[in-house]
Amino acid sequence: MADPMKIRATVVGDKVEVKVLMAHEMETGQRKDSKGAIVPAWFIQNVTATVNGKTVLSAEWGPAVAKNPFLSFRFAGAKAGDKVVITWTDNHGDKRSDEATIAA
Amino acid sequence: MRPKRIAAAALAAGILSAGLALAQDKDSTSRQIERYREALADGNPAELWEARGESLWKEKRGPKAASLERCDLGLGPGVVKGAYTVLPKYFADTGKVEDLESRLVTCMVALQGFTPEQAKKDPFGGPGKKVPMDALVAYIASESRGMPMHVSIANPKEREAYELGRQIFFYRGGPHDFACASCHGAEGKRIRLQDLPNLTNPADARRAYTTWPAYRVSQGEVRSMQWRLNDCFRQQRFPELEFTSPASIALSLYLARTAEGGVMDAPAIKR
Amino acid sequence: MKNKTLATVTLVVLAGCAAESARQDASTPSPQQVKAVLEASFMARGQAKLDRLTQDEVQLLCSQVRPDKPIAPEEAQRIVQSQQATLRYPAGSLMGDWKSGEKVAQQGTGKQYSDDPAHPSGANCYACHQLSPGEVSYGTIGPSLYRFGATHGYTAEMQKYVYGKVYNSEAFSACSTMPRFGHMGILTEQQIKDVVALLMDPKSPVNQ
Repeated sequence: MADPMKIRATVVGDKVEVKVLMAHEMETGQRKDSKGAIVPAWFIQNVTATVNGKTVLSAEWGPAVAKNPFLSFRFAGAKAGDKVVITWTDNHGDKRSDEATIAA
Repeated sequence: MRPKRIAAAALAAGILSAGLALAQDKDSTSRQIERYREALADGNPAELWEARGESLWKEKRGPKAASLERCDLGLGPGVVKGAYTVLPKYFADTGKVEDLESRLVTCMVALQGFTPEQAKKDPFGGPGKKVPMDALVAYIASESRGMPMHVSIANPKEREAYELGRQIFFYRGGPHDFACASCHGAEGKRIRLQDLPNLTNPADARRAYTTWPAYRVSQGEVRSMQWRLNDCFRQQRFPELEFTSPASIALSLYLARTAEGGVMDAPAIKR
Repeated sequence: MKNKTLATVTLVVLAGCAAESARQDASTPSPQQVKAVLEASFMARGQAKLDRLTQDEVQLLCSQVRPDKPIAPEEAQRIVQSQQATLRYPAGSLMGDWKSGEKVAQQGTGKQYSDDPAHPSGANCYACHQLSPGEVSYGTIGPSLYRFGATHGYTAEMQKYVYGKVYNSEAFSACSTMPRFGHMGILTEQQIKDVVALLMDPKSPVNQ
């Protein structure tokens, strides 16, 4: 399995702010290695965030997203103590899922 | 006002407005760079290295299947918190002045049974290549965040390394006649659009030293002071600086000492 | 008479000692000690061999310069004179093509161990200088060269000065931070002529 994500979720006003750091090479498929060969494309394609089983964010990513991507978003309808689950899948079929508890 | 006074006042006003105009010009470029830095500051990928480094510190590795948890980084065996602020320093067990990376090599050899060659192999990560060294550096540096640098030169070997580092800093060589001082020896300069700290000035040295190691966005890696020195010398057209070599430690000690009192804020994030 | 001579000689010797100790106290390593540590700390890689650590007279003297201690006037004069003797000018015109000069000014590679020695080097002028107004990514280690020809005059003497300055900056300013592009074999004669054109051609963007 891929390296774990770092997730922080806090209540900000009447919303919840989530910050996620994902460990991923995010190769565009355009880069050449030192021998001149193309480094194959390897990037996160889908990201979903769910809280209490409900999807609060759904994203489709491509090679334009940077290596070790940082995602930050806010949503309404959850409270401190709820669990946020972030899942990503990439174009190799790799998957990673981590969760965090929303802090006050 | 008498004519002389008027002329002097006019001259002063002219210089002032020219200075302001220049300052504004510098400001708009510098301001944009500052905004870029602020945007980067949120979500430093170095945290991923810190997490990996903490596991590597505790993991049983090497022929002796031992962890690094008894490694003395300068504040006693196993003390990680604050250790980065006293390095480089003289260690009685090796009789040498050591920086963080050479100390990790010492412990990998003594505690885990690696050979020095194995411990020093591949010190810097690259695309798709994860190495233990930069993760350990990231973790240990993070445990000194918020604490001031207090490197000692009381021991004669520390003093010697400090003086050596200072001489090396000004050593001009190679086909371009570059020394560290060529870029880092004057006030308020930049190379292309990269501001250059004047490392002979304690205020600049504090700002610079306390933000290494750092996640370099352009590299996609956490880079340490050893890496920074190595890559400077490459661009100075020197041959390659060896990992944990005497010159690298002498230079680190000179810089760390000049940065005395600077509050650590590493791993930072840089372009 | 003998006592006066002895006193004078003693004074001269002591003055010499004082000057030396002002530069080096007991804890300062000698240039030889520094070089020994460097040779034990660097390894040859690519085109960068260990001989790059051996200093010529300019590098040796200029390594003693400190922010609060500029080069002594006598030494500065010696450097300028010895470096003037290295200047080699092309036969015929000193002006090349400014478009090629701009490329030389933009290119930051050359002579690093990560560079292919078969590729021509650049001068990386923009690392330190402002030049063409369209290039906003310029450094401030050296003075702005924007409108150089326009302000200094489009004369043969100025072309010769520019060529010489790029060829060996130490011939004009002892312990200059600027590399000696011609003397150290970084740029070819044609490349230096192209840089002269970048600064001195009335049509060059630098002079617009």
